[in-house]
Amino acid sequence: MSEVLVQRPTVRGGVGESVPRPDAVPKVTGRFDFLGDLHAEGMVWGATRRAWLPRARLVRVDVTPALTMRGVHAALTQDDVPGHRYQGQKVTDQPVLAEGEVRTWGEPVAVVAADDPETARRAADAIIVELDELEPLTDLDEALARGSVFRHVRVRRGDPDARGEVVVEDTYTTATQDPAALGTEAGLAVPDGLGGLDLWGPTQWTHVDRTQLAACLGLSPEQVRVQPCRLGGAFGSREDLSLQTHLGMLALRLGRPVKMVYDRTESFVGHVKRHGARMRYRHEADRAGRLVRVEAQLLLDGGPYELTSSAVVANSSYFALGPYRCQRVEVDGYALRTNNPPSGAMRGFGANQPCFAAEAQMDRLAEALGLDPLELRLRNAIGPGDHLATTGQLIEHPLPTAEVIRSVAAIPLPDALAPADDDPRRLPGGTGLTTPRDRVVRGVGYAVGLKNLQFSEGFDDYAEARVELTAEGARVHTAAIEVGQGMVTIIAQVVRSTLGVSQVEVAFDHTGRIGSAGSTSASRQTQMAGNAALEAATVVRTQALERLGGDHLDDAGVWRGEQLLAPLAELVADGPIEHHVRYRHRPTQQPDADGQGALHVDFCVAAHRAVVDVDPDLGLVRVVEIAIAQDVGRALNPQQLHGQIEGGIAQGMGHAIMEEVVLDAGVIRNASFTDYLLPTCLDAPEVEAVLVEQPSPWGPFGAKGMAELPTMSATPAVVAAVRAATGRALTRAPVRPEDVVGDLR
Amino acid sequence: MHIERPEGLDEALAALAADPHATLLAGGTDLMVEVNLTHRRPASVVALRRVPELREWDERMIGAGVSWARMESGPVTGLAQLARTVGSPQIRAVGTLGGNLGTASPAGDALPWLAALDAEVVLASDRGRRRLAWDEFLLGPKRTARQPGELIVGVQLPEALPPHQAFAKVGVRQAMVIATVNCCVVRDADGATRVALGAVGPTVRRARRAEALVSGTVRPSAAVLDRFEALVREEIAPIDDHRASAAYRRHAAGVLARRTLERCWS
Amino acid sequence: MIVTLEVNGEPCAAEVAGFESLLWVLRERLGLTGAKDACLQGECGSCSVLLDGEVVCACLVLAADAEGARVTTVEGLAGGSEGELHLVQQAFVDAGAVQCGFCTPGLIVAAAHLLETRPGAGDAEVREALSGNLCRCTGYGAILRAVARAQSQATQGGAP
Ligand SMILES: Cc1cc2nc3c(=O)[nH]c(=O)nc-3n(C[C@H](O)[C@H](O)[C@H](O)COP(=O)(O)OP(=O)(O)OC[C@H]3O[C@@H](n4cnc5c(N)ncnc54)[C@H](O)[C@@H]3O)c2cc1C
Ligand code: FES
Ligand code: FES
Repeated sequence: MSEVLVQRPTVRGGVGESVPRPDAVPKVTGRFDFLGDLHAEGMVWGATRRAWLPRARLVRVDVTPALTMRGVHAALTQDDVPGHRYQGQKVTDQPVLAEGEVRTWGEPVAVVAADDPETARRAADAIIVELDELEPLTDLDEALARGSVFRHVRVRRGDPDARGEVVVEDTYTTATQDPAALGTEAGLAVPDGLGGLDLWGPTQWTHVDRTQLAACLGLSPEQVRVQPCRLGGAFGSREDLSLQTHLGMLALRLGRPVKMVYDRTESFVGHVKRHGARMRYRHEADRAGRLVRVEAQLLLDGGPYELTSSAVVANSSYFALGPYRCQRVEVDGYALRTNNPPSGAMRGFGANQPCFAAEAQMDRLAEALGLDPLELRLRNAIGPGDHLATTGQLIEHPLPTAEVIRSVAAIPLPDALAPADDDPRRLPGGTGLTTPRDRVVRGVGYAVGLKNLQFSEGFDDYAEARVELTAEGARVHTAAIEVGQGMVTIIAQVVRSTLGVSQVEVAFDHTGRIGSAGSTSASRQTQMAGNAALEAATVVRTQALERLGGDHLDDAGVWRGEQLLAPLAELVADGPIEHHVRYRHRPTQQPDADGQGALHVDFCVAAHRAVVDVDPDLGLVRVVEIAIAQDVGRALNPQQLHGQIEGGIAQGMGHAIMEEVVLDAGVIRNASFTDYLLPTCLDAPEVEAVLVEQPSPWGPFGAKGMAELPTMSATPAVVAAVRAATGRALTRAPVRPEDVVGDLR
Repeated sequence: MHIERPEGLDEALAALAADPHATLLAGGTDLMVEVNLTHRRPASVVALRRVPELREWDERMIGAGVSWARMESGPVTGLAQLARTVGSPQIRAVGTLGGNLGTASPAGDALPWLAALDAEVVLASDRGRRRLAWDEFLLGPKRTARQPGELIVGVQLPEALPPHQAFAKVGVRQAMVIATVNCCVVRDADGATRVALGAVGPTVRRARRAEALVSGTVRPSAAVLDRFEALVREEIAPIDDHRASAAYRRHAAGVLARRTLERCWS
Repeated sequence: MIVTLEVNGEPCAAEVAGFESLLWVLRERLGLTGAKDACLQGECGSCSVLLDGEVVCACLVLAADAEGARVTTVEGLAGGSEGELHLVQQAFVDAGAVQCGFCTPGLIVAAAHLLETRPGAGDAEVREALSGNLCRCTGYGAILRAVARAQSQATQGGAP
């Protein structure tokens, strides 16, 4: 044992530092292989034949014309599904390929595999599909009237007779938003020669994909290895299966690798979206500005299959009024079955839509009361010791609602548009030269968002991780999916700070190597995968110290007091030290008949202030700046946090003024990037962010998951600012130019 | 697919004469979208980007092969303004005037300028050239008078370019957006004013009654401008689509035409 | 048909089918998957490459018409020695301008070209120059900071 006296090194790249992503270098050099970049020897290409009507009886599918084409190897329909013919994360109600009835525009009817994508596409087109058109169900109120409901969440709390003197009510609409991750759906299935396969597909939770895939492919879970994937973004859209089962069917049938890539138009029908919603609200307050009663009816457009809609509507319902106290709450949330495109998870998971409506209600209430809108919010703000107005859950831990409101208000406002500033890039309408400087009106709006962290309602939620310490440093194994958000950096930082060792690498394992890490969603991986890694690293550290009787571990090795007992290499000479953990968050309850209970693990709040410049005559809006104060627990990586904040804000502001899936009787009219507009560099506002750090007991080093809130309350804040600039009611997101102009005959 | 890559105009015309139905390819920013997204598969292509004559630009004629990037930094104000709004820098680097005319989309951004200028489109085949007034060339949405075997050589400008030209375009994004409404107003030294609008009908429209109202030497009063706006709205035929309602387009066209007209004095 | 090109300084020939884009040929025939394929309609810029010195969307270039062209992809931008990054690439890494990274190769190409052709571009000019490159993850803030960092390093030769 060496007994050299040296300076103790401090860990590099631990929590609190803005550590760069380990995958940034391959990404900037073009050497990072995304799903669409994968290749396997001898692979063929898949393509999908889709239905062109939103609802129809499927009369006939004949694949013969495809099979007789040169270079075509297989053409499969629902009859060819080897196992269970239906898939779905919670309820298996989605046919792998259409069966009996087509229920949504673009539904997959058959799949083919051919030598090259062009042949595959032509073969798919050659398949004979006969449809007998049926009337689609696309209106939410009609769906409700017909009882076409996946789930009704009923929340009743407080004194039924409580009534407020000041009343505001209205109906609000949010359009369907597309997650529009830049990478489209792509995947590769490779048979293993033993009856099973390896599958690379767009996912946020490999193990839940494996369960569905094994069932549909008629295999045991061990035979399906769902590989960690490299995604060009997700935002929720990869929580449900898209092309995986099809790839698996083709690969098993052919015994050779099959690759498939959706184009952008196909991508629009190939993944789930943020639910379009219609929401009826009634807020009542007393003269002192205390919320007395909130009634809300929330209708969410689920599309034809349940997917995650039943969980999404729960979030909508429990966060229906935001971070406020209220004496009486009555919420009825409905996830509705329609023939519109399937909806599911998207950043905020159902909390965004009511946030848009409820925050508009707060502004109107403030106006009716003659109160400052922030003052009204502060008078009702919840914090530790309060009960959530909907579920009644006691807030036991930091929830700095009032702090985020005060912090955002304290951020200095941006300068007024200079009277002589006629650079069109700073005016509404941009380079289109629509708007003279003197027609511009400025508006400022606020909104506050509240959301849960991690899975709720009694779900048995866990994440596994294994930490290995070798002479080279530590390696963390996880099945968690890195979607671009930077979990790969955070996990390594947590383990560095826990172990004291700087050399830490994260290894993403397939489903056969390690147990589930749960979904990369619900703001949960920093806390879930992070805590799993932290617990495993803690045990590894303890074992390392115990091996030599030391009291400190760092890059140099194991120490006792000032004395270095052994360098790392010596410590692990007899083999690596490793530990595997299955981490669970604290249990949550299931709701009772009134939606009451401790349904959630933890909560997070943020407040936004938007500043917009509006051309009221043309209805054009430029978002100048968005300020945010956000509850983060503890900032583990400030640079990444700001990246999540800015990126989230861009998506929220996009939904406020331009992003909408235009639906016409179930058909998407803008399934392309020409017409589904994403904010460009010239649209992106300046962002001013203040991080409010009050450590959470549930996060590694006090961190909270935080990446959903920047999107959530950005939308209502921007629309509030447009209201402030124009005086229009604006009850719909996105705000269209004609809504701003108003009164068009 | 067969491709010809002529390096001169005569060679291009000969290639077209040999294969009159060949698909012409300039910058590809319209054609390749069709190839990629709607799977158009042209049997033969005559690629024009190597033809130097089409890239010429002199006092009276702008070649069909001139890119948006060149128009953006060129001397013709109206054209420079509209060119800056077309797509993105990547699109403007290769997209051409001739391609915009060839596509003849109702929202094409060069078209209102062409119409406001009363410019002509010059077509050529191996049998010779012809010049068509803009409204003889543009027949409808994505329909032109170009005959098989012909290509667009360029745009013939009027003898004197109007000293005042202004273009504006409404879209719901600060850049890279197809017009919901676009508008070009030009005013000659003698006060003759021409107003053209796009995306408000099957093809670009001139608002001739509105023009008559404001043509002349005096600067119109607010009341005249109100009337001008109303006339513009009467002279167009917009439709509802996924980008905007007909009612909004009608409203916006009036506002835009008025503001664009007012810029002719600033 | 066979198309001959110069890609990242190397002469090369590729067999192409008539309708194929330069992007497809780069990715599938030449194995250069750096340029991405997010839309195939010129809207996203993820496929941006330099074609004879100009930034273009490779998805909109008919491969057969690229005969004789000089193409630079993101793979060809990095400095001479192994592991060395282009100034813009390093700035993207340092500024945290990369999240999922799908937009990154196209943005790197566009930003490197901007730095070369208009080194002193101001904020609005940079935004306009990059407006053909969509990013869904970052909200562009970090990307703009990366460009500013690269600009100041290029002009002063020092850290920003
Ligand atoms: C992302 C994106 C954004 C866009 N934004 C805009 C916009 O804002 N405004 C706008 O107006 N357009 C826009 N466009 C459309 C397009 O860029 C323009 O219409 C462009 O001018 C087309 O030119 P091109 O050289 O690329 O044409 P190509 O695609 O090469 O050709 C277009 C058509 O014209 C024909 N053609 C080309 N040259 C000739 C010729 N010399 N003689 C006869 N026919 C010819 C072709 O056969 C083809 O039918 C956009 C396109 C994209 C992809
Ligand atoms: S893939 Fe070429 S611009 Fe989107
Ligand atoms: S980093 Fe994901 S799209 Fe830009």
